[in-house]
Amino acid sequence: MNEEIVTIQVDGRPLQARKGQMLIEVTDKNKIYIPRFCYHQKLSIAANCRMCLVDVEKAPKPLPACATPVMDGMQVATRSKRALDAQKAVMEFLLINHPLDCPICDQGGECELQDLAMGYGRDISRYHEKKRVVKDKNIGPLVQTDMTRCIHCTRCVRFGEEIAGLKELGATGRGEHMEIGTYIEKSMISEMSGNVIDLCPVGALTSKPFRYSARTWEMQQIPGIAPHDSVGSNIHFHIKGNRVKRVVPAENDSINEVWLSDRDRFSYEGLYHPDRLTAPMIKKSGYWQEVDWETALSFVRDGLKHVMHHHSSDQLGALASASATVEELFLMQRLLRSLGTANIDHRVRQSDFTDQDKAPLFPWLGMPIAELEKQDAVLLVGSHVRKEQPIINHRLRKATMHGCQVLVINSLNYDLNFNVATRIITSPTTIPETLAGVVKALAGSGKISPDPDLKTAISTATVSDNQHLMAETLLNAGKGVILLGNQAMAHPQYGALCSLATALAKATGCHIGFLSDAANVSGAWIAGATPHRGPGGKAADKKGLNAATMLENELKAYVLLGLEPELDCLDGHQAMQALQAAEFVVNLTAYSSESIKAYADVLLPIAQFAETSGTYINNEGIWQSFNGVVPPPGEARPAWKVLRVMGNLFELEGFDFDTSLEIKEELKNQIGLKSVSNMINWSVPHLRAASSGIERITEVPMNSIDPLTRHAAALQKTTDVADGKLHIHPQLASAKGLDEGQIARVEQDEQVVELPVTLDERVPKNGVLIQAGHPDVASLGPWHGQIKLGKA
Amino acid sequence: MTETAEKIELSSNAREVIDQWIVKYPKEQKRSAVLAALREVQHENQGYLTVPLMDAVADYLDLPKIAVYEVVSFYSMLETKPCGRHSISVCTNISCMLRGADEIVEHIENKLGIKTGESTSDGRYYLKCEEECLAACCHAPMMMVDHVYYENLTPESVDEILDKLD
Repeated sequence: MNEEIVTIQVDGRPLQARKGQMLIEVTDKNKIYIPRFCYHQKLSIAANCRMCLVDVEKAPKPLPACATPVMDGMQVATRSKRALDAQKAVMEFLLINHPLDCPICDQGGECELQDLAMGYGRDISRYHEKKRVVKDKNIGPLVQTDMTRCIHCTRCVRFGEEIAGLKELGATGRGEHMEIGTYIEKSMISEMSGNVIDLCPVGALTSKPFRYSARTWEMQQIPGIAPHDSVGSNIHFHIKGNRVKRVVPAENDSINEVWLSDRDRFSYEGLYHPDRLTAPMIKKSGYWQEVDWETALSFVRDGLKHVMHHHSSDQLGALASASATVEELFLMQRLLRSLGTANIDHRVRQSDFTDQDKAPLFPWLGMPIAELEKQDAVLLVGSHVRKEQPIINHRLRKATMHGCQVLVINSLNYDLNFNVATRIITSPTTIPETLAGVVKALAGSGKISPDPDLKTAISTATVSDNQHLMAETLLNAGKGVILLGNQAMAHPQYGALCSLATALAKATGCHIGFLSDAANVSGAWIAGATPHRGPGGKAADKKGLNAATMLENELKAYVLLGLEPELDCLDGHQAMQALQAAEFVVNLTAYSSESIKAYADVLLPIAQFAETSGTYINNEGIWQSFNGVVPPPGEARPAWKVLRVMGNLFELEGFDFDTSLEIKEELKNQIGLKSVSNMINWSVPHLRAASSGIERITEVPMNSIDPLTRHAAALQKTTDVADGKLHIHPQLASAKGLDEGQIARVEQDEQVVELPVTLDERVPKNGVLIQAGHPDVASLGPWHGQIKLGKA
Repeated sequence: MTETAEKIELSSNAREVIDQWIVKYPKEQKRSAVLAALREVQHENQGYLTVPLMDAVADYLDLPKIAVYEVVSFYSMLETKPCGRHSISVCTNISCMLRGADEIVEHIENKLGIKTGESTSDGRYYLKCEEECLAACCHAPMMMVDHVYYENLTPESVDEILDKLD
């Protein structure tokens, strides 16, 4: 980059700028306003709206500020008669075809065209001819189109090409017939598609779920934190009449820049699902009845005391969602530990806990999020980062555009929206061995000498050209990182993956990072919602059972927080069996459902994100606190308040908090300053032999990840939800006599379900993909294992 | 038009022609061959393109599908619906207009019983909407029939030219 500094004069003010910088960047930085429509700081320059014309000395005609590089001594006038005349003329042309429907336009009040028409438009139109009308397109459940309003700035088109990495919208036709659209009727499938709503300077692309439900000036804007992936994107709630009307991104250059994933943008709709639980309920003699809080909480106390009295406190276990706040998780673990048990866990999607005592303080990304885009090499293991952490994916995509080599070891051949240098697609049980092969490739080249134990462990691994290439790429990278994704963290040999990835990282000088699946996984670890560690990662005096064992052992009583176990747990079948067999189950939940009522004894209605104050800690380790912005429905209360009262009812110490802030302060005081490192001396892995039959592969589609998204109406209409189908490679399908649309008999661990077949070339030929988070597959059993297939 | 699952392959001849064009451009700019590719594919398909054909071109040149739709909808020589065997384009730009192009168009419309943009029901003629100048102003009015220029037109000469076509 040219760092030569030049001095220019804008409206008589001398300004310093980098030579070659565009004029509008310099004026923006110096708070000199130039009107614009097509220019956007994060997109390429199109210079097609012409609104930013300014008067440059010695230039024969006005020049667009967005596409005029600054030069030393340049004299610019942004408000001279020539500049203003040019801007007004452009505005007049833009308004020729723009409809006068501002009173019914959702953009009204926040419309760039409306604002600039105030400043630069004429009072009366001189245009008396026919205005053009463009038919609206249906581009899916999230984005509403009103294409007659479009002024062809092409921001949405450039967004698709440059940011989403998926060109879905284009400009078809030409001249007056030019239209923005998809040409054929097609839904946008980008996981970031909602951002075109913010980018559109007019009302052509607006939010479909929000449509006609409020005027912009009636709403109050309050900051918040997105509740889904581990990124912690900053958001603004727009509130009217105690209701969240919509969610938009808040700018934070070190986290989500100006973007927001569709899941974070539209999940607020789940707050208003008819299944919201609005009053406490208890089951008495087999019948559910609504009761007041006092009755419900006494019922809880008596029920739990009964179990502890007749059995022991170790027959009590708690499973908490990692979407709960730090404060809620902290109180939950304190409640359980004060009652004499350490059976508390949030890792409901984990199957291997072997090395948990050595784990880092929390599953850390290993670096700041913004640092990801500066990497030269990235190895993704078991990750569909594009859908699982869209904002992280965007950083990786940016890195690839600067030449970063992305390497992938996955069980499904995902369509990532950037170039992948080397890709190994292999069934789940062979992933550890594949990773071992990369370590072995390094050892073989003499670049590292692994300790004898590791050497024995990797001795059986075979090394292919691709693994050599991966080893080479990581070794030669100035900056590199190995990222373990959601599927790696759920893997039955997760410990082995950590160990091998760390060996690889140490040998190549790369970092290692974890991409966890929920908003507050880091917070759950730090708050002590783990059976082996208390707050701040301090080894617990008394160790409890992990999430899987708690369900396997069929305890007598469970307390659940924010979970739908049949959909959220790694083994939904086992979870339901354990819960149904239990004597007493308390569920702190935002939703009620028939399946919850089938096993629970008490339902306590809790507030969700937007309705409670609290803190999330993202995968970078940043604590982000927020306030409740709307009241929870009916009698629902923030879970931290419910847990506080439960503590008081049990007459336990340490539950006298008036605000969530006090809880956070206490946790912070308890843990002091902690540093985190991912360079762990993990145990040497024992690689298990690969499975020989047909393996089950499981992913959670992005919009089926937690109760809130599963209740968000528009998101459920997208393609990123669990489809309850058997995804199978065409070759395996024909070998089994199955074809698209047929019903297959699927058997796992003697559990049988019948699922429709869909042919999917992303699946390896010795595996089938069954997406978790769908009720039809919940009875099948754990995410990994052998599958027997047949015709129904 | 909606998204279609129908997938078709380009003919071997089309692929051969496109390959010849691809080598004329830098390796990373395969997309430059898009116009030539579409022209050939259209030629093979009785003069018009379908969505599956455009998708096939997009796949062949590693382009997003919408990028091909953009090109096809931009250029007037690319058609997206079935049209007659013989394509007639009458220039109606300024020079031709001053020399009576509008009468020529009207004459053809009456003779064939169709409006611009339509084809005759026997599939013989297609009268295109011609928007721009075909660069033969010195012998205006003019028309182009199946890529051949005919100049200094009169209604009589137009009849003679069109009647000769099969």
